[in-house]
Amino acid sequence: MLRYIIKRTLFMIPLLLGITVICFFVMHLAPGSPTDLQTEMNPKASAEMKERLRTMYELDKPIHVQYASWLTKISQGDLGTSFSTDHRPVADKIMERLPVTILINLLSLFIIIAVAIPLGVLSAVHKDSWFDKATTVFVFIGFAVPTFWLALLLMIYFGSHLNWLPISGLRSLNYEYLSATDRLMDVVKHLVLPVFVSAFGGLAGLSRYMRANMLEVIQQDYMMTARAKGLSERDVIYKHALRNALLPAITILGLSIPGLIGGSVIFETIFAIPGMGQLFYMSVMARDYPTIMGILLIGAILTLAGNLIADVSYAVADPRIRIS
Amino acid sequence: MNFWESLYKNKLMLTGGGLVLLLLVISILAPWLAPYDPGQIDLNNVLAAPSMQHWFGTDQLGRDVLSRMIWGARISLKVGFVATGFAILIGTVLGAVSGYYGGWVDSVIMRFVDIMLCFPTFFLILAVIAFLEPSIWNIMIIIGVTGWMGVTRLVRADFISLRERDFVHAAKAIGAGDLRIIFMHILPNSMASILVAATLGIAGAILTESALSFLGIGVQPPTPSWGNILTAGKDNIDIAWWLSLYPGLAILMTVVGYNLLGEGIRDLLDPRLKK
Repeated sequence: MLRYIIKRTLFMIPLLLGITVICFFVMHLAPGSPTDLQTEMNPKASAEMKERLRTMYELDKPIHVQYASWLTKISQGDLGTSFSTDHRPVADKIMERLPVTILINLLSLFIIIAVAIPLGVLSAVHKDSWFDKATTVFVFIGFAVPTFWLALLLMIYFGSHLNWLPISGLRSLNYEYLSATDRLMDVVKHLVLPVFVSAFGGLAGLSRYMRANMLEVIQQDYMMTARAKGLSERDVIYKHALRNALLPAITILGLSIPGLIGGSVIFETIFAIPGMGQLFYMSVMARDYPTIMGILLIGAILTLAGNLIADVSYAVADPRIRIS
Repeated sequence: MNFWESLYKNKLMLTGGGLVLLLLVISILAPWLAPYDPGQIDLNNVLAAPSMQHWFGTDQLGRDVLSRMIWGARISLKVGFVATGFAILIGTVLGAVSGYYGGWVDSVIMRFVDIMLCFPTFFLILAVIAFLEPSIWNIMIIIGVTGWMGVTRLVRADFISLRERDFVHAAKAIGAGDLRIIFMHILPNSMASILVAATLGIAGAILTESALSFLGIGVQPPTPSWGNILTAGKDNIDIAWWLSLYPGLAILMTVVGYNLLGEGIRDLLDPRLKK
């Protein structure tokens, strides 16, 4: 097992290198430069000053030299300094925002698992019932709803209309004056809508997948065997079938991680949550190369780590593939 | 059961096809259907609630929302078709080459696919689009360029299972070149799965475009798109619910339509998947 994990981790290194190469070159070959944004609004900026900025950011060197120097720094754990006006280390900027994003994604992953699996299993077991049909309709809508639109509607209804939930940020203005329990409640209230919105899309995918898996498993011969040896229908479905249907779902969860992380740009921007997604949006708007590269790298690492965890849990859960 | 019977039996697909057709008709007839000029500003009638004159209300510049949505349908369809076209083109060529030749070519292409799949796609799209001018062409290209991996895997799988078949050997025996075998003999067999992927891909591309436009880096105003009407909805969230509700419904119906159609085509062409 340990060898498998080590092997997989080592295999991630060339993938990560490939990812950084693609990001770096795509971004640097694109027209437009971060110095444009800093100078074009400023009529006093001379051509000479632009050159100085370019030299300072090492943008005047050939691209492979820039890449090599970036890579050297990365290998020493240095993500560089932000181009934005605060000139802070990129690593600091990302690290202070990463926990919020990971928290929201974990919470929504938890909700997805807790809701989608029973939904999919029940609609497979009661195939063609009204419950199954209602779930199918829900799934089709879930696939098609633009998350930002869902967020808008919920903000209008629960925020503006009913005034039940706050619609932006993570804390109320009077947060500092609240007691510990009230503080917790305050954060929870702020998280309800973002977590729900980010979970919604994933719900549809996983429950549909679970339904399909379950339907396939129910047709297998060993189900007949289980029934033939006199097990109750309950045991047959929830012990024999469910376990087998759950296995592939692990992989699907692993694959859904890039989508969740990507989605965080949208809901963090809408709900004004100070997470990595919002930072990414702001850095993109400011053409802040080092921060963009840093976040792309972290996003890719999170994705790879998610896939690795999924594969390892799969191997743990399924004795048939343990040897490989 | 013949083709038309099974088509009729498939209610979901008919619904999807109907929605897609409706959307096509609306975008073709946009100049005649729209009650107002989508760009006509009326500062005396700003953010007016839905009424008999303006069914879906007016926006922050007094423009008729319904008319803007009708013209927006054109944009959505255009982005959906062209972006998916790019994705299918790249995906099919790479998948065909990879599956047909195998060996190191296959390894290189598949590793590249793995790398592309590691990105949170939306991050990548954002990163690139912000450095290019956010024009409709750039959006279509970038959505296509980040969305071909699924097609590649699909086509590759088909090619691997087909390349050793007798008809391929026969074609080789009579001296057909690789290109001819790939495109004239094997590829037609993959058309069904490509068609399904394309239909579902259009739905995804429309969703992505609307999200980009909503964030302000997609289709730029004054060109109307469903996503950028929703941006105005967010800016006026406390006073103008109609700016948020209707364009989103349009996106939802469109995407549901394409998804139903895609799944329907799959059921129709691949009887094995029928329940």
